[in-house]
Amino acid sequence: MIPANYFLILSVVLFVLGAIAFFIKRDLITMFMSVEIMLNAANLAFITFARSASSPDGQIIVFFIITVAAAEAAVGLAIILLIFRQKKTIKSEDMKLMKG
Amino acid sequence: MGYFLFFLLAVMTVGAVLGMIISKNQAYNAIFLILAFACMGGLFALLEAPFIAVVQIIIYAGAIMVLFIFVVMMINVHSGISAEKKKWIIYLSPVLAVILIIELILSIKGAFSLPVSTEIIKAGPTDLGRLLFTKYLYHFEITSILIIAALVGAIVLVKKKEKK
Repeated sequence: MIPANYFLILSVVLFVLGAIAFFIKRDLITMFMSVEIMLNAANLAFITFARSASSPDGQIIVFFIITVAAAEAAVGLAIILLIFRQKKTIKSEDMKLMKG
Repeated sequence: MGYFLFFLLAVMTVGAVLGMIISKNQAYNAIFLILAFACMGGLFALLEAPFIAVVQIIIYAGAIMVLFIFVVMMINVHSGISAEKKKWIIYLSPVLAVILIIELILSIKGAFSLPVSTEIIKAGPTDLGRLLFTKYLYHFEITSILIIAALVGAIVLVKKKEKK
């Protein structure tokens, strides 16, 4: 049985990589993908703790997270598509409508 | 054997995410992400969660990423990505990054002193399904309403308005 630490450290590494990708990438779709990576890192931690605590509740939570992520992806991609139709760009630095 | 699989899957996941960070092509990014999610499904299977592993591969690597690829196809931007930076971002970001790293190091330190339980739980699809329809029934129903709302919302958002 592989110790839980390994999985937790992998989860932290993936979360950090997702955060880095979110901050250094410039197009909305890839930034959205990095959010999905961070969600998955959290899922990994949940399942690891579910095994450590030997209860299936953590797996249920992950099931709900995946469902919510699917809904979020549908709405988010629809919004990105709308932005592209209006502005003809999906670069994040072109979204400066609220800038004073 | 378990360790070998773990390290193989972990290296492949991290490598795929790194590839996504390095690559500039959005379609390649999506393919890299599919690889990362599939490896993550393997990791879930390694953690004795077979149902979640299958759900991960079907929903994440299948449905969600196909959605991403559709949108990449529809948008199809060829312009390069500029790397302009603002002054205050240069000063503020290292501070926030250091704070985040300290927090993460503290949490990793905590991870090394976890209580290890030796009993192995059976959490197959049957047990999860039973739990889903008894203890988590309300959550399940609320999630179904959320899915319907997201579906309708996405369609309403993307639908082109008819010109009169």
